[in-house]
Amino acid sequence: MSHATYDVVVVGAGIVGAACADEFSRRGMRVAVVDCEMVGSGATATGMGHIVAMDDSNAQFALTRYSQQLWQTLRPELPEDVEYDQCGTIWVAADEEEMIEVLRKRDYYGQREVPTEVLDSRTLLRLEPNLRPGLAGGLLVMEDAVLYPPCAAHFLMERAQKRGATFHLGQPVADAGQGRVRMRDGSEISAGIIVNAAGAGAGHLTPGVEIKKRKGHLVITDRYAGFLRHQLVELGYLKSAHSISSDSVAFNVQPRRTGQILIGSSRQYGADHHEVDSGILARMLQRACEYLPGLAQMSAIRTWTGFRAATPDKLPFIGPWPVDKSLFLATGHEGLGITTSLATARILVDQITGTKPEIPIEPYLPSRVAKEHAHV
Amino acid sequence: MSRRMRQRFEVLVVGGGPAGIAAAVRAAEAGRRVGIVDDNATLGGQIWRGESEAGSEASRWTERLRSSGASLLRGRIFYQPEPCVLLAEADDLVQELSYEKLILATGARERFLPFPGWTLPNVMGAGGLQAMVKCGLPMQGKRVVVAGTGPLLLAVAAYLSQHGAEIEMICEQASWTSLAWFSVALLAQPSKIFQGFQLKKELVGIKFSPNSWPVAASGRTTVESVTISRRGKLETIPCDYLACGFHLVPNIEVPVVLGCEIQDGCARVDDLQRTSVAEVFCAGEPTGIGGVELSLIEGEIAGLAAAGRIAEASSLFGKREKLRLFAKRLDRTFRLRSELTNLPQPETIVCRCEDVRYSHLRDHISWRAAKLQTRCGMGACQGRVCGPATQFLFKWNPDSVRPPIFPARIESLAGLTGDSKQELCETTGGR
Ligand SMILES: Cc1cc2nc3c(=O)[nH]c(=O)nc-3n(C[C@H](O)[C@H](O)[C@H](O)COP(=O)(O)OP(=O)(O)OC[C@H]3O[C@@H](n4cnc5c(N)ncnc54)[C@H](O)[C@@H]3O)c2cc1C
Ligand SMILES: Cc1cc2nc3c(=O)[nH]c(=O)nc-3n(C[C@H](O)[C@H](O)[C@H](O)COP(=O)(O)OP(=O)(O)OC[C@H]3O[C@@H](n4cnc5c(N)ncnc54)[C@H](O)[C@@H]3O)c2cc1C
Repeated sequence: MSHATYDVVVVGAGIVGAACADEFSRRGMRVAVVDCEMVGSGATATGMGHIVAMDDSNAQFALTRYSQQLWQTLRPELPEDVEYDQCGTIWVAADEEEMIEVLRKRDYYGQREVPTEVLDSRTLLRLEPNLRPGLAGGLLVMEDAVLYPPCAAHFLMERAQKRGATFHLGQPVADAGQGRVRMRDGSEISAGIIVNAAGAGAGHLTPGVEIKKRKGHLVITDRYAGFLRHQLVELGYLKSAHSISSDSVAFNVQPRRTGQILIGSSRQYGADHHEVDSGILARMLQRACEYLPGLAQMSAIRTWTGFRAATPDKLPFIGPWPVDKSLFLATGHEGLGITTSLATARILVDQITGTKPEIPIEPYLPSRVAKEHAHV
Repeated sequence: MSRRMRQRFEVLVVGGGPAGIAAAVRAAEAGRRVGIVDDNATLGGQIWRGESEAGSEASRWTERLRSSGASLLRGRIFYQPEPCVLLAEADDLVQELSYEKLILATGARERFLPFPGWTLPNVMGAGGLQAMVKCGLPMQGKRVVVAGTGPLLLAVAAYLSQHGAEIEMICEQASWTSLAWFSVALLAQPSKIFQGFQLKKELVGIKFSPNSWPVAASGRTTVESVTISRRGKLETIPCDYLACGFHLVPNIEVPVVLGCEIQDGCARVDDLQRTSVAEVFCAGEPTGIGGVELSLIEGEIAGLAAAGRIAEASSLFGKREKLRLFAKRLDRTFRLRSELTNLPQPETIVCRCEDVRYSHLRDHISWRAAKLQTRCGMGACQGRVCGPATQFLFKWNPDSVRPPIFPARIESLAGLTGDSKQELCETTGGR
């Protein structure tokens, strides 16, 4: 495996690595993908799969919205098992203060041609009769969707494979850069371009890349068809998701095509183990039951945890790593990597092939942190 | 909203079958404050539940348990929220059970193998059908084929026949040669190894066929006939029920969640039935399939050891050793033959919860890959049925276990329950 028969080696077969393999191969490049596990088994197997336009910052909006549109374009080709469903999001406002946020959000999306609808208290209950009465209203964002991430990653990977990409699964990478990827068993694959798409493991692979693991808990119920129709997220979510230091929970639930309800979400730093934390779990479920009282009597069949790859400024790293000409990063997507995988692959390959990207790429360049480091 | 109750025990026993009963009896008789929790309304486990014949071994033990002072609790353990605390759910009650020593006696379940038609109504687990008859399902005049492997088949056939069923045939996949040892050993064993074999007289006149197994069940709305492979030929037998069981699988989900070391699918224990986790003991089928007698002895040892009666516990080692040797040979005798991996057809459903078919599974490299891509094992039973089947069919390693150990209400996991004044939620001891 020491001959440079590839143009690109992608480390990581999560949704981001899969999207990159798909995009590189679409542009006629020879790709190898390496993963110590299998396709879509890292964060990609644990995430909610909410395809959502987000407006924390203009850069975040640009990437999520662009990517959402790429998913929409891809939709006719997606197989059944990807379970793509444009169910829409309702941002739920508990009180009048949160209604003000609804209006701000409507204006922000409206100015950027994202269709939305403001819901008053009554309309909210008509759309989601199982919400507790007395909520102020909400904002419906119709083009948001949900999908099943492991099968989406598998689909992208299979497309790449049909165009000649190869997989090397079950092989841990010891280090990557300088035009080659070296496995723990000593074997090597070389290529002019190495992409680090190792998710939360990216920092181990490339020292200096600042990625922290941000743990999340999820719970899935038995089947209760019709109980829920949209992805529901509390607007208080913004307050809790933003707090960097402390553990937080928020009401964030998703209808699955099976009739199951996927209940999130929590955010914790400094928790490195997979175990379910009973305190966080209880808080998260209490929050969910406050909004959807009917959940309390439902049967939970499994809980699990996953790790988001968080960067210091909450934007991903997409582009060249300044210290090594052969090395590119595609990681740090925190809680939005399923959404932004397709756009990530596009603008990464645009950069490499010298194509003009459709959105400004500066906010995502890894050099932004390297620069900060230079100032210190 | 459900009520919540807290109780503390010096020794908590999970599982009310023979092993759990023996453990609770021994620990309580040694003066410990003991609780025994089971998810059924009556104790006794798979084999003794519903048995009330005076003077039987079952009623002797349940009587002894009643007078031992142990608290009998009804509930299903679903979560460990913190060290030395387990949560049990029952109807509208959540019990928070804390303990100093824990004895896990969670028993075993039947292994199912998928073949065309195995999901038809009235194709059932052999033990499952027996349990339903104990609960009152009428069997008078019903034609039953009993198929699979292991001594359980004989016990079930005898029981059903006693209750008026016509046993058309017992199909045992093991060969005569491997069974030869078993029959000799049975005659030589003065004590009863499995309760079923006391019932040899009930089996007189029933066709017992080794080297045979079901290849398909058919029928319009329920099973009407089963096709078996018998000594290399296919034969179709009309029937009202097909009772199937391909031996047993230890229930190790609780030991796994508690972090106990697992070896070859069983909880590893030392001489005193201690697992690798401090203060946690394990007895009966989760340490290896061995039948009632071995379960009882293991339970007694665990109960004594948990109560600190080491010398007494040690005096039972010899007897346990003999029974374990027998169990090992049982295991060899009834090992599944490789032909059975060919039973499923491409269209055969393997995961019933999620309707996943054999053809969707066979190309995957591992349980987890198959699960993530096909949803196999993701349903309410969390792979309890299809996990052991795919382990046999594809040599896949079983999954990790995540809470809840059994499906549980969201409010129970959320701690959204009111405190209760009521003291106990008791199970009944015997019948
Ligand atoms: C609870 C939770 C909820 C979420 N909800 C959403 C949501 O609703 N919407 C959304 O868009 N996103 C969501 N996310 C985020 C999303 O899941 C992730 O951003 C996304 O899956 C990241 O994909 P990835 O390919 O970068 O990483 P991963 O899927 O983790 O893939 C990285 C791969 O790299 C491999 N790897 C790592 N190190 C090495 C090495 N040294 N050698 C070889 N291989 C290696 C790993 O095995 C893994 O397969 C959520 C995340 C969590 C935890
Ligand atoms: C949208 C969506 C819907 C889902 N729906 C369902 C559903 O209906 N039912 C269901 O059951 N699941 C569902 N899942 C969850 C899924 O099956 C897994 O539960 C999920 O991938 C996370 O699993 P887990 O953490 O339990 O790990 P598992 O899938 O059990 O795998 C754990 C992995 O981690 C490894 N591991 C274990 N412990 C450690 C450790 N200490 N350190 C390092 N590695 C370790 C194991 O070897 C294994 O590879 C769903 C997931 C998604 C994304």
